[in-house]
Amino acid sequence: MASEKRVQFKSSWLPWALIAPQMAVILVFFFWPAGQALLQSLQQQDAFGTSTEWVGLENFQRLFTDPGYLDTFKTTAMFSILVAALGITLSLLLAVFADRVVKGVTAYRTLLILPYAVAPAVAGVLWVFMFSPALGVVAYWLGKLGVDWNHLLNGGQAMTLVVLAAVWKQISYNFLFFVAGLQSIPKSLIEAASIDGAGPWRRFWSIQLPLLSPTTFFLLVMNVVYAFFDTFGIIDAATQGGPGKDTSILVYRVYYDGFKAMDLGGSAAQSVVLMFIVVVLTVFQFRYVEKKVNY
Amino acid sequence: MTTKTLAVAAALAATLATGAHAQTEIQWWHSMTAVNGEWVNDLARQFNDSQKEYKVVPTFKGSYDESMTAAVAAFRAGNAPDILQVFEVGTATMMASKNAIVPVTKIMTDAGYKFDPNAYVSAVAGYYTAPNGQMLSFPLNSSTTIFYFNKDAFKAAGLPTDKAPSTWPEVVAAAAKLKASGHRCPFTTAWQGWTQLESFSSWHNVEYATRSNGLQGLDARLKVDSPLHLRHIENLANMAKQGLFVYKGRGNVPEASFVSGECAMINTSSGFYGNVAKNAKFAYGLAPLPYYPDVAGAPQNTVIGGASLWVMANKKPAQYKGIATFFDFISKPEVQSASHKRTGYLPVTTAAYKLTEESGFYKQNPGTDVAVTQMIRKVTDKSRGIRLGNYVQIRTIEDEELEQVWGGKKTAKEALDSIVKRGNEQLERFQKANKG
Repeated sequence: MASEKRVQFKSSWLPWALIAPQMAVILVFFFWPAGQALLQSLQQQDAFGTSTEWVGLENFQRLFTDPGYLDTFKTTAMFSILVAALGITLSLLLAVFADRVVKGVTAYRTLLILPYAVAPAVAGVLWVFMFSPALGVVAYWLGKLGVDWNHLLNGGQAMTLVVLAAVWKQISYNFLFFVAGLQSIPKSLIEAASIDGAGPWRRFWSIQLPLLSPTTFFLLVMNVVYAFFDTFGIIDAATQGGPGKDTSILVYRVYYDGFKAMDLGGSAAQSVVLMFIVVVLTVFQFRYVEKKVNY
Repeated sequence: MTTKTLAVAAALAATLATGAHAQTEIQWWHSMTAVNGEWVNDLARQFNDSQKEYKVVPTFKGSYDESMTAAVAAFRAGNAPDILQVFEVGTATMMASKNAIVPVTKIMTDAGYKFDPNAYVSAVAGYYTAPNGQMLSFPLNSSTTIFYFNKDAFKAAGLPTDKAPSTWPEVVAAAAKLKASGHRCPFTTAWQGWTQLESFSSWHNVEYATRSNGLQGLDARLKVDSPLHLRHIENLANMAKQGLFVYKGRGNVPEASFVSGECAMINTSSGFYGNVAKNAKFAYGLAPLPYYPDVAGAPQNTVIGGASLWVMANKKPAQYKGIATFFDFISKPEVQSASHKRTGYLPVTTAAYKLTEESGFYKQNPGTDVAVTQMIRKVTDKSRGIRLGNYVQIRTIEDEELEQVWGGKKTAKEALDSIVKRGNEQLERFQKANKG
């Protein structure tokens, strides 16, 4: 990068002053709450916070001796993998189609982006309506096909429902990035391949997909984070973690223990565990998956 | 608009503003929705119209657990409401939070009101009273579990409509007939832990938990793995397998399926009456909970649910005075009786019950006295009430485990054993955390 022009700041304080607003935002909205969570995870408080007791690592100890909590890990892993894989594949498919649409591109794209504007809880309720064993349209059709749909009692069906709702909401986001990624691929490359006799499938597989890999990688990280953190609204509205604990993912338990059961210490300990998992996952993704990405 | 009218409007606004200023406002957070929400607003309006010094401002803060969470957050931030409605499940938590609340007995006596806990129905007062005899919260809406049935559906199935099935074998038989007549949901239950385990226990005079179901101390432990509980859950599981009992979800969610006519029989709160009376498009009946006729001592009495009003700590004396005046107002027999007739919640004082009876309401609306007669009985140590720590979690555990039974993933025995084991862990933790 010898030819790149770089601006060198002479002043020693100016760079700091320029990043100060950003740092302030990060400090207030990230480090401070994270620090609070760490602090609370070592404490045991009564509901109203009138008494606080230091308990050391007891909250963590309790978590990891609770078989229910360990099961939550499995549920979360399955949920995240399904959401990320399905979400990315479907939106890639839609984006590739959208890229080839000639007429009404804007209308098509706008429609696909629409679900992103829907709040998670609303998305959950929407899907519950469609799949409600008693009133749902989809449940009725499934009944006609001989599928007895009851996500209130069938764990697999409940999981399907929340995964569908979570994927549906995230597709728009993924779609936007894929469309942008596809458009930034030079047309000349595609044309050259066509002249060489490559069909659409071959062109997708050998040119577009590899060139999209930075986007795909970014979306993988984003989707996993989404599945981990942003889906509790859907789960709360659709299944409340049931039946049994079959759709109770880590973040839903954080919410439940903290805000329903008012066990702030236990809830904070879970947040810390969650924070740790995401750090590890992200580091892992950057170290190993990113190597396969060509920019 | 002329300048004159503007001036008048301004003057009017000024008087209104000063008028509002002179009043002491009392913030009341509640969780009453629909018909019951209107009731709460009307109570506040009637009180505000009855005097000029205080103004009660009711605010809907979401479901019971949402409003409790909101109050906890507000308390920590130093702006808690003056009055908070807390469901019976949160009672033990509130009782343990001694620094956050002020006992109702103290509020009333400090304000110079004569406060007689004996005026209250004993099952209700006993529940909200501390071991030292002090009543801690004001019982606003106490309910109990009863049985509702759809008379039109019963008629269509060739069942008698003048008498509800009173025992579980009769419920099963009625459900079978309903199913044979093409009904897709003969029986369902709301609040499964409350109706099928807690109320079920006191109704049959068996222990739900040791230490008088937790009323005598924090060292109580669950006892729902008894042979009778097992028999009942197995019975329900069999009904579920045959399509006689259809599971409709947690909490009060299943209630909608009764009002819509989809389910013909339901076990749920007596506080559901207002909703049924207003929205059901069919003839319905109210009846006592079913029981097993061969169990000695059954039927006993049912336990209370619903919610009570807690007064939060660290408020100004004027506010406490206002709260006491408000509580005095809503405990008047006429107000109580009107509330009872309107909502189906229990009349919490004996005087209100007598007044309602004298008005002929029970005769005109058969079945509305079911909840009262189920409650006003001589209670035993096993049926006085259930008050446990970490109750919210225990209810969820019950939901989780029972769902696995209805879904056929666990046997009744496995689920009940698991409820006892997981529930006791919660009880042990609460006991440990609240030693002092």
